[in-house]
Amino acid sequence: MTLVSIIFAGILTYFTRMTMVALISRDMLGDKVKAVLEYVPSAVFPAIIFPGIFINDYGTFIEINDPKIFGALVAVIVGYFSKNIIATILAGLVSYWFLIFVIFS
Amino acid sequence: MLSKKQLFTRGMLDISPHMLSVIPFGIICGAIGVELGFNPYLVYAMSFIIFGGASQIVFLQLLSGGASSLVAVTSVGIINSRHLLYGAVLSEYLEKLSFIKKLLISYVIVDQGFAESNKFFKKNKSEEYLHYHLIGTGCTMWVCWQIATLSGIILGSFVPEELGLKFAIPLTFIAIVVQDLKKIDHVIVMITCGLSSLLFFDAPFKSYIIISPVIALFVASLLLRLKK
Repeated sequence: MTLVSIIFAGILTYFTRMTMVALISRDMLGDKVKAVLEYVPSAVFPAIIFPGIFINDYGTFIEINDPKIFGALVAVIVGYFSKNIIATILAGLVSYWFLIFVIFS
Repeated sequence: MLSKKQLFTRGMLDISPHMLSVIPFGIICGAIGVELGFNPYLVYAMSFIIFGGASQIVFLQLLSGGASSLVAVTSVGIINSRHLLYGAVLSEYLEKLSFIKKLLISYVIVDQGFAESNKFFKKNKSEEYLHYHLIGTGCTMWVCWQIATLSGIILGSFVPEELGLKFAIPLTFIAIVVQDLKKIDHVIVMITCGLSSLLFFDAPFKSYIIISPVIALFVASLLLRLKK
């Protein structure tokens, strides 16, 4: 039973990946649409970033002094200047750990 | 002109830093499935059949919480509908491929792979075998995801929960968009998307993940009109 659901979920997911690549040709998208599509990364990824920082595992908002906010700010600053993915992730994690294990412990 | 192998390797290298967040997340995903009481083979089957991190966790949590299969499947579809946007962006670079190749390459389109390959494509439009970069990012992600979820399933959550490693996921996406903070129009689009995602977080079927990009793209189209 669960396997059938997984297969359906998989087919649905595959269709989300395949539809635009395989069934749409470039001529079907006008210049205006293409110009808007330039913004796709900036328009999609914050929907993963913001809830990942501001909403906890129980689906409620975090407090304003939550260590995740500080960690994310450090990651933004380090990422902006270093242009390095590993440095960005580590800076965010380490500053978050510093707060939860050293300061708030 | 780069060879197919060079482009594939470049794709692998471009996505590999993200494995720092993907691998712990995969381990957590696998471990959660087993902890929720699902058959380990089924938990692994998801990594192969669905191959989509967050949607796999939501699927299992919904089912274990007593939701119907229809609700669980619909939620997976909605969470993953953001791939439609990735596909629309990538279609420009993949249009020369045969239909079969398009069908095959679609399976490995993932968030971080799309992000890194799209950055590469924009700078190297003239390369003939561009799609090998996308295959490189996608296959690296696929292999790491299978290994990570499998180890989570077999070994349990050996990543200590106190470390809060789920937090690495927003960080990995911060690393992807952070350079676009230099452009004011992108900053407006990002803030629109981020605030919308918080506002619509409780919308049914996790639909905030597609509602907020649609709102943000609408704002982007308004900005483009203003620019002219």
